[in-house]
Amino acid sequence: MNEKEQSLQQLRDIKMMMERSSRFISLSGLSGVFAGIFALIGAAVFYMYLNTQMASGYLSIAESLPAEVSIDYLTFGILDAAVILLLSIGFGIYFTTRKAKRDGLTIWDRNVGHLLIHLSIPLIAGGLFCLILLSYGLFGLVAPCTLLFYGLALLNASKYTLDEIKWLGISEIVLGLVGCIYIGYGMTFWCIGFGVLHIVYGAFMYFRYEHKQH
Amino acid sequence: MKHLIDNINKSFESRVRLGVMSSLMVNESIDFLTLKTLLDVTDGNLASHISALEAEGFLIVKKEFVGKKTKTSYTATKFGKQAFMNHLKALEQLIKSQK
Repeated sequence: MNEKEQSLQQLRDIKMMMERSSRFISLSGLSGVFAGIFALIGAAVFYMYLNTQMASGYLSIAESLPAEVSIDYLTFGILDAAVILLLSIGFGIYFTTRKAKRDGLTIWDRNVGHLLIHLSIPLIAGGLFCLILLSYGLFGLVAPCTLLFYGLALLNASKYTLDEIKWLGISEIVLGLVGCIYIGYGMTFWCIGFGVLHIVYGAFMYFRYEHKQH
Repeated sequence: MKHLIDNINKSFESRVRLGVMSSLMVNESIDFLTLKTLLDVTDGNLASHISALEAEGFLIVKKEFVGKKTKTSYTATKFGKQAFMNHLKALEQLIKSQK
């Protein structure tokens, strides 16, 4: 190894140590892909549920939901979303743990704490805000607002994990804002944001960082 | 050529010392255990490198009691950060000069 290669190697070591010590870098791209798939399945289940309700004359027009939408419909939606969330988190933890083990890193270091705190503050605020919207009967705004706050949360957390996450965050914010304009297409925007974007981003990250190494 | 190599700080020649200083550049302070897992070295190895860096005045050691156990953490000094930056510059120069 000549001096130049030695110096380059040292710089690579420095960069790696700085990243390892200040960011959570074990996040697996596959968790994104699976979260996206679950989101699409969840949306499909919800859509089918709406259709069966409509067929039985229970809901008049799905596009312009009446203010007196039944509690059943709301409960089903919230349950559906909760199942998607739990499955996504579960698989996310699984793939991330697997990746950390392969890279020989510890998973639950203090960077995870930073990441989770910065992720959860905008998310909890957004979740409460969406519940408030629901209580006012502003159903059309709920889907784009979940995208908007999720994007803000990702952007906020990107300082503590892989930098590319901020682009996913910005995409979700833009999508959420556009979704607020085109009310009535909430489901479509939600599927693009939580489904398609997650899959695209996750696959990109997987092939960029993980596929080659293993 | 000679003066370029002179600027490469001997204190950063070891991978462990380089790792300790790199981590301290981007974190306010780090405790012993975190550094140990981060760098994947033995207690004795890490301790000797840390005391060498402390002797140079590159970092300061803080000891505090957490319950009955002592928790030792480290912070880079201004001098240490400057030395590290100079080391980076020297590496950069060395790479540029050999293009």
